[in-house]
Amino acid sequence: MSSTTPYGLMAEFHDADALVEAARRTMDAGYRKIDAFTPFPVHGLAEAIRFKDNRVQLLVLAGGIAGAVTGFGLQYWVNLVAYPLNAGGKPLLSWPAFIPVTFEMTILFAAFAAVFGSMALNGLPQPYHPVFNTPRFALASRDRFFLVIESADPKFDPQATRAFLQGLHAHEVVDVAH
Amino acid sequence: MDETRRSQLPGPQPIIGPGHTFGTITDKISSIVLTRTAPFPWYVAAFVGFLLTMVLFYSLGYLVVKGTGIWGINVPVGWGFAIINLVWWIGIGHAGTLISAILLLLNQQWRTSINRFAEAMTLFAVACAALFPLFHTGRPWVAAYWLMPYPNTMGIWPQFRSPLIWDVFAISTYATVSLLFWLMGLIPDLATLRDKTTHPALRRVYGLLAMGWRGSARHWWRYEKAYLLLAGLATPLVLSVHSVISFDFSIGIIPGWHATIFPPYFVAGAIYAGFAMVLTLAIPLRAIYGLQDFITMRHLDNMAKVMLVTGLIVFYGYTMEVFFGWYSANEFERYMIHNRMNGPYAPIYWALIFCNGVVPQVLWSKRVRLSIPLLFAVAMVVNVGMWLERFVIVVTSLHRDFLPSSWGMYYPTFWDWSTFIGTLGLFVMLMFLFIRVLPMISIFEMRTLLPEAKAKAAGGR
Repeated sequence: MSSTTPYGLMAEFHDADALVEAARRTMDAGYRKIDAFTPFPVHGLAEAIRFKDNRVQLLVLAGGIAGAVTGFGLQYWVNLVAYPLNAGGKPLLSWPAFIPVTFEMTILFAAFAAVFGSMALNGLPQPYHPVFNTPRFALASRDRFFLVIESADPKFDPQATRAFLQGLHAHEVVDVAH
Repeated sequence: MDETRRSQLPGPQPIIGPGHTFGTITDKISSIVLTRTAPFPWYVAAFVGFLLTMVLFYSLGYLVVKGTGIWGINVPVGWGFAIINLVWWIGIGHAGTLISAILLLLNQQWRTSINRFAEAMTLFAVACAALFPLFHTGRPWVAAYWLMPYPNTMGIWPQFRSPLIWDVFAISTYATVSLLFWLMGLIPDLATLRDKTTHPALRRVYGLLAMGWRGSARHWWRYEKAYLLLAGLATPLVLSVHSVISFDFSIGIIPGWHATIFPPYFVAGAIYAGFAMVLTLAIPLRAIYGLQDFITMRHLDNMAKVMLVTGLIVFYGYTMEVFFGWYSANEFERYMIHNRMNGPYAPIYWALIFCNGVVPQVLWSKRVRLSIPLLFAVAMVVNVGMWLERFVIVVTSLHRDFLPSSWGMYYPTFWDWSTFIGTLGLFVMLMFLFIRVLPMISIFEMRTLLPEAKAKAAGGR
């Protein structure tokens, strides 16, 4: 991409309500490549930008199943295949005694899936992102709310989009450099 | 005093002081970290913690050279301080995950200002706990193949039917999941520190740790989903860990140990001890750092109530132990109870009943719950009481079991005490280092407590 085209336009808001409303109107106006940035999770914002992703739950479920199979499989293999030890004719597959370890492994793998799965879906760690080029964006982790429309959006037009964002009662609208 | 006046007002106490905005919350909590100096008490606590940590290292080094013979353990009491301290520390470690996971699922918003440091407390308590069984083996480096299932040239595998191996899995899973939970909660706050610091090196460090967090709406959505699921996973985990610890006792057929009440009684004891330790830490911290707006009387009051309830469950456990001893009609069980109450360790048993059963009853009074010195004193008494409980369980059952010819006494040695006190120092040192470099209260979750954090437009389209 040429250096003259900015990454997008960023509008700053002073409260969560204004941002949610602006995000909804931006979506209604037909923009699709947009993102909102907030200092804490704002409920209703994901709905406003029509975002939904259920893959985290599925990953955690898969992690839990993998953990259970690994935990029980390990004990099965050790006690029946690797080193079967007959102690007084007691059963080799004494499964009730294998439950605690199976349970702990289930939790462990599911927790790994939750943390690393959500990180991977979020594309983190990501050391560089164009939004950080805007000096005031540091306030996104403090008390300000931001809305970004990317220049890659088909509807994006430097002048018209800027005017549109200013019409949403944004505190300030700035270019985001690459 | 303003605080006491506020606490006398009718209605529920606030969970955050009045007049705060997103900005003031951010500034107040991050300024504790982003400063050149620390308050004087910080230096005192960190220094004492450091000295005692050196005592711990010396004691462990001497143990490795000489063997476990430097401790008071012998036949018939082979467990001694090592297991007493393991159970005590693990119990303390339960409050963190309870506060962050169970109270999150129960939608208890007051958890927000205490969950971060309670989680840190959990991690450090589990670290202290894990030292004991590891060094109790005498040769921690050899313990690897006793504990961990890995294919070695000797063809040795751990005994998966033993509660001691369940313990290894439970504690290591608990430590790992608690660490993940804590780190995940820290990410947005690390981004705040990255954006707030003016020091280029610090920005780099916090920037690396924040991993490029930018507060995107899509990220928050997945983050909240994952965090909630993690809480859902940590809840059964925290209950399982102390249950498994109690299996170490209850699976054995020693009189006084072989009881079905052990898992719930241990879990309640863990929560009891954990909340006592959270109070022990929270009361001085809010005074040192002026956090009365964030850790309000409401928090202290609620924690006191949790302590009162779990304390009653624990006391019910003590009563049931006595009842079972009698009702079992088993001479060994009956003798065990008789020996606890009248034997050589009777003073410890009665001190335990006093600390855990009698003293906490003062918490029924709202006046006591709202009096900081009294609450602190009760929390300290409970800390001691819970340690005595583990002493009574471990020692009185082992020292006189079935055969009078194999009875014996257990006396801790200097090295038992120095190792135990050393772990207290390690705990204090880690805790104060944590407070110095990371935000001890979750900044982003505190922001959500403000009324303006709730978007009015949410929901309706």
